[in-house]
Amino acid sequence: MIEVHDLSKRYGDKTAVDHLTFTVQPGRITGFLGPNGAGKSTTMRLILGLDRPHSGTATIDGVPYSDLREPLRKVGALLEARAVHTGRSAYNHLWCLAQSQGLPKSRVDEALALVGLTEVARKRAGGFSLGMGQRLGIAAALLGDPQVLILDEPVNGLDPEGVLWIRNLMKSLAAAGKTIFVSSHLMSEMAQTADHLVVIGRGQLIADESVDAFIARSSERSVLVRTPQPAQLAKELEREAVPGNGADPQAPVTVTPAADGSLVVRGMEAAEIGEKAAAARVVLHELTPQRASLEEAFMELTRGSVEYHVEMDQHRDPVPPPVQDVPVVPAVQPVSESEADE
Amino acid sequence: MTATSPEPTAAGSGRSGAAFPRLLAMEWTKFRSVRSTMWSLLAFVVLALGLAALITALTVNGWDKMDPDQKAAWLRDPTGNILGSSFFLGQLAICVLGAMVITSEYSTGMIRASLLAVPKRIPMLAAKALVFAAVTFVVTEAVSFGAFAIAAPILHDKIPVSLSDKGVLRALIGAGLYLTMLGLFAMTIGALIRHTAGSITGVIGFVLVLAPLAQLLPGSVGKHIHAYLPTEAGHLVAQSAPGKNDLLSAWQGFGVFALWTVVLLIVAGWTLKRRDA
Repeated sequence: MIEVHDLSKRYGDKTAVDHLTFTVQPGRITGFLGPNGAGKSTTMRLILGLDRPHSGTATIDGVPYSDLREPLRKVGALLEARAVHTGRSAYNHLWCLAQSQGLPKSRVDEALALVGLTEVARKRAGGFSLGMGQRLGIAAALLGDPQVLILDEPVNGLDPEGVLWIRNLMKSLAAAGKTIFVSSHLMSEMAQTADHLVVIGRGQLIADESVDAFIARSSERSVLVRTPQPAQLAKELEREAVPGNGADPQAPVTVTPAADGSLVVRGMEAAEIGEKAAAARVVLHELTPQRASLEEAFMELTRGSVEYHVEMDQHRDPVPPPVQDVPVVPAVQPVSESEADE
Repeated sequence: MTATSPEPTAAGSGRSGAAFPRLLAMEWTKFRSVRSTMWSLLAFVVLALGLAALITALTVNGWDKMDPDQKAAWLRDPTGNILGSSFFLGQLAICVLGAMVITSEYSTGMIRASLLAVPKRIPMLAAKALVFAAVTFVVTEAVSFGAFAIAAPILHDKIPVSLSDKGVLRALIGAGLYLTMLGLFAMTIGALIRHTAGSITGVIGFVLVLAPLAQLLPGSVGKHIHAYLPTEAGHLVAQSAPGKNDLLSAWQGFGVFALWTVVLLIVAGWTLKRRDA
């Protein structure tokens, strides 16, 4: 179990981690989410004793990382930045780490086999591709067969096969009762793997709850309605829509016509919409409750805590028609928040 | 589960008595498994032996045309002059190696893996210093005796010098000690600066340029400052006979150098513990 209590870290006058408190339980995968620059990597470095906190504590089964005698047997960590000497072979990299923990050579071979690097074990790590480097980092993390795994963006640079491999590895390790704490900026990735989420923005805790609860908490719940009489239904629903009458007493009912002629209704449950349509004798072709995806829930909850905001609407701006005889410069795609580099 | 080790591991628990030898083993693996260390040592051996032979041969060749001051210096301390010519450039390789032992961990990110494995930073630095010093001592002692064995016969016609002459054995052992201490000195600078280029420039600039320039400082104060500078004091131990202007004896000089290095090593250990990795 990882326990973080009132943890803070400042760099100059910039607060990277702001009084964070949460625990990571064994036996499940805890996703660590946040926009870039939210302080995920810093938090992990603080837990691992690489950086010194300004206040607060981080412990692993009650012990600060720096007090662990054979830390690699207890905690395996994959950091976002590479942590391998480029001139050293994969084998020697793992072997020197194994020596420091009193682990046998056989453990190095096992770790290399586990990540599929046996054949390149004697090659210099500096020549490894991003994916191979990531596998070597994971081999180092698994070297001591640790009870706790801390992985910072483990799927970065991996091909789809590698991503699937990591996902299954984490699931089987969690099923074996290990504590898995994994950060990612890919919400979809977390939706597939995480059981529990710790969400931060600007160094502060936004959510610490199950994936389902996280999505449910988002206000982005809506019902898709298809009807041949959209105008009539919209009028009917909005007439009835007295604030406080909807599913959420706080949210007024809104009806938004979509481009394909369907309606998106917010603030009213599907059953109620159906009843109102029947009462007004409006024909319905479709009535579908829609849940926000994890991605949408994340965007909703971290809005306002994003460091470098990108105007998302730019995506939808029509590209002006190119003028004849002038070479067309391809429009630079704005980078979305989740893709922007830290 | 494939990740499960066959042996039951008592996670996090360990016999602390076995911990430091493990760190030495780790640092030795790190040291020997990187090509740059081997290249630096090879460069040192080639430069040191080659220049000992070359400069001694040139001296013997030009003996009749040499100015009297230089002649007197060779006559007073032939061993010190052999070693001086031998290590003049070779010591740069030792500086580079010493600095890189630690700065390469920062430049490649290896330091993070090291500190995850060994969160106690001062024992890690101590193990690194010990392994590096041991290897450097063996190599530099061997080269120092080797340089003497090559150069003494070349010099024999002009100045007969043998291992049994007064101060010769001490100078040869002293040369290895001086170079080992110089390597440690460079390592501490590397630990403080953390950047390869900066550390190497700093150490070499100091050893080759700044410290000798301090000779030009005027008066008795200047003379004392110069005498107590780390490398200027340290290299006295590699002379078989004291120079006429030396303020410190051979071992006093080495002691001053060692003191500088130990103080810097303590500062480096303290900052390593305090700073973010």
